[in-house]
Amino acid sequence: MNLDAFKPNTVYVTYIASTPEKVWEALTSGEATKQYFFGRRIEIELKPGGLFRFWQPDGTLDVEGKVVECDPPRKLSVTWKVMWIAELKKLPECLVTYQIDELGKVVRLTMTEAHQIELDPKILEGGRRGWPVILNNLKTLLETGKPLPEFDFMSDAKKSLEEMKTAAERQVGMPNDGRE
Amino acid sequence: MNSENQKFVYVTLIKTTPDKLWEALITPDFSMKYFLGTRVESDWKIGSKVVYRRGNDITDEGVVLKFEPPRLLSYTFHHVWREELRNEAPSRVTFEIGKLADEPALGLKGDAVRLTVTHEDFPSNSKVFLAISKGWPVILSGLKTLLETGHDLSVAKVVS
Repeated sequence: MNLDAFKPNTVYVTYIASTPEKVWEALTSGEATKQYFFGRRIEIELKPGGLFRFWQPDGTLDVEGKVVECDPPRKLSVTWKVMWIAELKKLPECLVTYQIDELGKVVRLTMTEAHQIELDPKILEGGRRGWPVILNNLKTLLETGKPLPEFDFMSDAKKSLEEMKTAAERQVGMPNDGRE
Repeated sequence: MNSENQKFVYVTLIKTTPDKLWEALITPDFSMKYFLGTRVESDWKIGSKVVYRRGNDITDEGVVLKFEPPRLLSYTFHHVWREELRNEAPSRVTFEIGKLADEPALGLKGDAVRLTVTHEDFPSNSKVFLAISKGWPVILSGLKTLLETGHDLSVAKVVS
């Protein structure tokens, strides 16, 4: 895979009072992700080429990809294809990377979402709305033992989700959509 | 990215109330614990000066543009402490506080707020933009930890 083809579009940095090992565990364990990742459970084979998936609470396949880089507890990089929204499934997969840096008693977690093609900002909006919720939830879970109070993110995001689908339809209809 | 369009946006969700978060933004004893060790000082009238002070040094200063407790705070931002940055023209910072429970469609169980910090209006080839892009995640992660746990995240000295 040509990793140079992926250009970072969304970066979110958060500092967490925790250890790299605990952050790694929270990112890669299904029991942990269910608590902070919109109820989704991760399934991941922690080796390059390994299968990676997120499952929604009702068993719907949410995201699918492959492990590109696995260096516990420092760096995890996976390809990422959104499977639960038909319009987004047609787009080329993106690359999501978690970088974990230890700074004294604090861990810096950097999430980078990179894409192979130039995407409509309305499509990128999905990640830009979602990642802060996920990563703030993760931080609260690790620092207090409990995630943030529950709220209905999807109804909040409904308008931007519809705009995202429309933009994705338009994007896959274009000749230069990056697919072979 | 076109430098005229440089804009830094950081969203954080905090288990607290809008009033407590507002207090944390404008109170010197509070800012000292998360804003890279600086005390924020202002009378918070529109057009008044706002300064961030570390010991005897002013690190950042600006003018209050909007002050609508506990929802909206905006000021111009001029970094004056680091020599390589102090000659750059001022930019603008806006804090927007949304109470998640206020949004009718949401089934929120408990107190949490969404804080959106937008930093924009940078001159071309801004060095300040690069500096604040590193600084805000440190400050806002610390603010969240302080409000949720009462503890100082103490990341500032490691990073700066």
